[in-house]
Amino acid sequence: MEIIVNGKPINISAETVYDLLIKLEIDPSEVVVVRNLEVVPKKTQQFEGLRHGDRIEIIHFVGGG
Amino acid sequence: MDSRDDKVIIGDRTFSSRLLVGTGKYSSSAAMLSAMENSGCEIVTVALRRVDMDNPNDNILSHINRTKYLLLPNTSGARDAEEAVRLARIARAAGCEPWVKLEITPEPYHLIPDPIETLKATQILVKDGFTVLPYINADPILAKHLQEAGAATVMPLGSPIGTNRGLRTKDQIAIIIEQAVVPVIVDAGLGAPSHAAEAMEMGADAVLVNTALAVASNPGLMAAAFRKGVEAGREAYLAGLGRQSDRAEASSPLTGFLRDGS
Repeated sequence: MEIIVNGKPINISAETVYDLLIKLEIDPSEVVVVRNLEVVPKKTQQFEGLRHGDRIEIIHFVGGG
Repeated sequence: MDSRDDKVIIGDRTFSSRLLVGTGKYSSSAAMLSAMENSGCEIVTVALRRVDMDNPNDNILSHINRTKYLLLPNTSGARDAEEAVRLARIARAAGCEPWVKLEITPEPYHLIPDPIETLKATQILVKDGFTVLPYINADPILAKHLQEAGAATVMPLGSPIGTNRGLRTKDQIAIIIEQAVVPVIVDAGLGAPSHAAEAMEMGADAVLVNTALAVASNPGLMAAAFRKGVEAGREAYLAGLGRQSDRAEASSPLTGFLRDGS
């Protein structure tokens, strides 16, 4: 399945948003996921299914003024 | 007046410190933490960005004690109201309090905030339950519109972000302060403690500083200096500054005794 993660197409087999984060070695508690411009609440990450062509943004806090 | 009683109220919270600190551009987390500690600040700003896939678990929040500091996410990178609203909601979904420093800068060279999009986003986010702190150009009419839209503060710039040029917008900020019913936080461009003191002497309620601390060779020491500048300016404002005069007014009595008849 091909999905777009942070602007880059990747081929990955992942059933849910949570699954994707684990496969990318990202701690799900430290990030926010936006799927097709909709925020995925942390508690539904495990139930949010992924589909071919989904645009996923994985976002976290950085320093800023 | 005891300075411990001198608080600033933003939204539904009360703060003793009138210095807000940004967390960008420090050479290390130790430098950032030392600036935060020495500034005495209670509010720190942070930004949201895509995770770097090559270094995915490098997280600024792991360094910040969130019982001590209120995280104020900004919307930097947003070019219009829609993007800013999305960023604010992402920050809330990340577990932040629903507070946001609204920052909408459509052009990267001067980073001047867009007044129309900022007002639009403020209206949307206030309705959505956010405490909104909009970063604006020093425009008194815009500041009034934002107050009416329910902004918790107005944050006029002293000079463009990161320029360290100080209070170039002083006359406009004076008008904003005069008509403000919410706290006025001077944000951006303050490059020296004297700039911060100047803003506070005018009656600004607080200032936000980032670059001046982050680029100092000793950010912790610079933060301590800014803290003193803010406190000195605030106390001078409360004490009441003397009026300016065009001619000299002697501070020592001029009673003559050296010459006859004077």
